[in-house]
Amino acid sequence: MNTKNQKGSLADRIPKRVWLLISFLAAMLLWYILSLIPATSRAFPNQVVVLESIKTMLDRGVLFTDLASSLISVLLGYALGFVIALPVAILMAWYKPVRYIIEPWIQFIRNIPPLAYVPLIVIAAGVGRKPQVIVITIACFLIMCVTIYQGVINVDETLIKAARVLGATDKDIFIRVIAPATLPFILTAVRLGASVALTTLIAAESTGAVAGLGMRIRSLNNSFESAPMLLYIIIIGIIGITIEKLIKYLERRLTSWQDKREI
Amino acid sequence: MAGQERDLTNRDDSRPVRVHIDNVKKVYNGRNGEMVALNGVSLDIHDNEFICVVGPSGCGKSTLLNIIAGLLQPTSGKVVCDDKEVTGTGTERGVVFQQYALFPWLTVKKNVMFALEMRGVKGKAAAEEAMKYLAMVDLVKFADHFPKELSGGMKQRVAIARAYAAEPQVLLMDEPFGALDAQTRAQLQTELLETWEKEKKTCFFITHDVEEAIILAQKVVIMSARPGRIKDIVDVNIPYPRTQETKLTPEFNELKNHIWSQVYQEYLEVRK
Repeated sequence: MNTKNQKGSLADRIPKRVWLLISFLAAMLLWYILSLIPATSRAFPNQVVVLESIKTMLDRGVLFTDLASSLISVLLGYALGFVIALPVAILMAWYKPVRYIIEPWIQFIRNIPPLAYVPLIVIAAGVGRKPQVIVITIACFLIMCVTIYQGVINVDETLIKAARVLGATDKDIFIRVIAPATLPFILTAVRLGASVALTTLIAAESTGAVAGLGMRIRSLNNSFESAPMLLYIIIIGIIGITIEKLIKYLERRLTSWQDKREI
Repeated sequence: MAGQERDLTNRDDSRPVRVHIDNVKKVYNGRNGEMVALNGVSLDIHDNEFICVVGPSGCGKSTLLNIIAGLLQPTSGKVVCDDKEVTGTGTERGVVFQQYALFPWLTVKKNVMFALEMRGVKGKAAAEEAMKYLAMVDLVKFADHFPKELSGGMKQRVAIARAYAAEPQVLLMDEPFGALDAQTRAQLQTELLETWEKEKKTCFFITHDVEEAIILAQKVVIMSARPGRIKDIVDVNIPYPRTQETKLTPEFNELKNHIWSQVYQEYLEVRK
């Protein structure tokens, strides 16, 4: 941003990739130190032990089923959340009564940790895949709806006027002005939703799931197996960052026309 | 003859009337009660005419333009364009906005094509015609750039090209050069003059810059402070082609002093 190539500080002269490597090594070192300190060593077994636990979990035959089960729940809940959030957000932006009735409740529920209402969902929907998907759907819907709604109401009114004086019909305006103007917000919603879907995973899989990354972490907790737990936590982190990078790439490709904006 | 007493509706012109503004009043209902923005404004805009409207900020000149454009409805009175009462927007009335209003997700060329497509020109024909309009504003080289890559002056030239592409009968311009620096503004004035002299497109141009009004217009309409009314109409009898040097002539300065003092009076009214 404010760098000049020749005279930059040390921080600017070292390439980003190298910084990433330094950051990685620093974390590895910290981890290793934690594994040596008696107080933390039980929670943080060293890297070798954690890597070995991959084999343990494969031998038990659960690693891939857990992964598959979680991904299915996350993707289903996430997709459903988006499909519901998009029209609701648009309706909220266009029709004030819809907004006034729905918005307070979205804000209200958004601040409740999903874990709190999981039992109610289990009572209503039983155990199995269904409650997991419902929990993730609710969480994704809330964040995506709010984000997309912000995007639709923030469409620059002059652009709509400009289209109108050029002869655009309501349909033209929706497809050719509002949709593209909202796209950056939709992509942001998609990214935030993905992150929420993952962070809701543990809550979602506390509904009596038989497999899943979140469910497994809880069950490993009961047997004090910290190595595979740490492994699973890292796997969730890797999935999260991969999805985020993918969506960011998509954002850059699709909305390169706009001035830089970060949320 | 500057400042001569005259009919304040501009009806004493023999050219065919394009837009007829009849006793338009606009009242806004705000939090602090009613605000009369315009009161009894009547004005004719004739074919091929270049009218500039000047007045202090808040005199309702933008409101008037928006009513003519059909983007706002008058509280009472009416606007008639080509014998039809204006009830909404129409492609025969093109608008150039101060904030450019370019679609940021479309390239320069596609912004112009938007206007063409709205009037039924499609595909290749639209692309080709868009280049013609870009040539008019000298932006052919930037056809595939996005608006964010352009300077303010270039953006406004794209907006003007887009407005022309819709082939309106009247061009309504709402302080189009207001956000530009002095040099760019002078350059765009010159370009607009050249285009107007070629096409003689009827132009209704709002500005708070008295010099800009005189250099461009055949007639300068002076509006009074709130509630907005027409205070005077001044003929600018300086022959075209005009250039920036026209601003140095005695006649120009005489008109400038005359109009400026009237606008200044209104400005003092606002400050009271």
